[in-house]
Amino acid sequence: MTSAILSYLKSRQLAVKLCSFSSHTSAPNPDLDKIIGIGLDDLKTTRMARSKELVPGIGRFSRSQVYAKRGLFKGLKKSTAPASEAKPETIEKAIGGEKNGGKRLVPTSKAPRFYPAEDVPKPKKSRKSPKAPSLRPSITPGTVLILLAGRYRGKRVVFLKQLASGLLLVTGPYKVNGVPLRRVNQAYVIATSTKVDISDVKLDAKFDDSYFAKSSTKSSSSAEEEFFEDGKPKAKQPIPESKAADQKAVDAAILASIKKTDNLSKYLKASWGLSKGQFPHQLIF
Amino acid sequence: MAVSNTFTQEEAMTESNFKRFVEVGRVVLVKSGPSAGNIAVITEIIDHNRAIIDGPTTSVPRQSFTFKHLTLTPLRVTKLPRAAGTGVVKKYLEKESIVERWNQSSWAKKQAAIQKRRSLNDFGRFQIMLAKKQRRDAVRKIVAKESKA
Repeated sequence: MTSAILSYLKSRQLAVKLCSFSSHTSAPNPDLDKIIGIGLDDLKTTRMARSKELVPGIGRFSRSQVYAKRGLFKGLKKSTAPASEAKPETIEKAIGGEKNGGKRLVPTSKAPRFYPAEDVPKPKKSRKSPKAPSLRPSITPGTVLILLAGRYRGKRVVFLKQLASGLLLVTGPYKVNGVPLRRVNQAYVIATSTKVDISDVKLDAKFDDSYFAKSSTKSSSSAEEEFFEDGKPKAKQPIPESKAADQKAVDAAILASIKKTDNLSKYLKASWGLSKGQFPHQLIF
Repeated sequence: MAVSNTFTQEEAMTESNFKRFVEVGRVVLVKSGPSAGNIAVITEIIDHNRAIIDGPTTSVPRQSFTFKHLTLTPLRVTKLPRAAGTGVVKKYLEKESIVERWNQSSWAKKQAAIQKRRSLNDFGRFQIMLAKKQRRDAVRKIVAKESKA
């Protein structure tokens, strides 16, 4: 942090010269900040917490170690910072002595006594953010997918739509093979050329990523205590009725269109697998 | 009657067990290259490794081909003149209906079946599995009935 401030001050000094200010104080000046392009606020975000600098620019701890030490993840994610009152840049102080004018404007924050000998490059802030992956062209609404990972691996399911996170919304349908409305990663899926006509299916907008997110309610007692409570394992939480109703509503139209094709229901019910002499790269799906 | 000094191939090979020979007019199955799986006719033998083959009715262009990548079939175009051009070969093939005879052979049928099986998608393979199960069941029932009686 110190090096960053120093480089900031150095550039400030340069700007002071350029603007031909007569004052020698290097107290923060909003006009100057505009000229330099970075203000003190920018510097606050790039500090290294508890990470002692080994050599300029390289801290004692790695980024992830600092992250763990700072422990910011423990607290609330969003916080409304209280509007901090802008500190006056200078304060008037009474000065003793006859020939000292009685009062003087003194900067509230002291300027550093030393400047760094070398320029230390400021770490570049990454502005990249991951994009939702694009959908494979072989996957279109109604495509029968084969799940390859997770609880329902080997099941054949119907693809409904891609969610904002890039995950695929699929359904068994539940009545056919027991797979509920579910999000899956397209990397763990084989797309078949078989399609189910789902043009009649009206998907509610409520089926987004938050619909499938787990509620983060923490129990007061630990999991261990709960497990040994009365020597009985914990009773299963029933599935909320609203979700069961949603499942039925979505599946109704799909089931109707599955019925139109012979053996399609049996096909979706059966699990997929490889037999002797079959190699997935040689098969046509 | 003077005894002819020239023997036909059949007469010379009466002792042999071989039935298919590399000869002009022999129908061959191409095993590699862009025309793999199609039949063609030997129109000229270049040397002991290669021959000129032609298949105007099966979209095999006239070309030299090594015997290594050809399989001889029992079919033969009779009296095909040596080094006949594509037009003549086509006339002979159509006259002797070689392609129809090839397609009726169990060899060609088996090939077509393998080809079809390979081009099936996942749902197609599943339906075949169901059909085979049904057939097995029918056979099993009849066998059980007959063996009881």
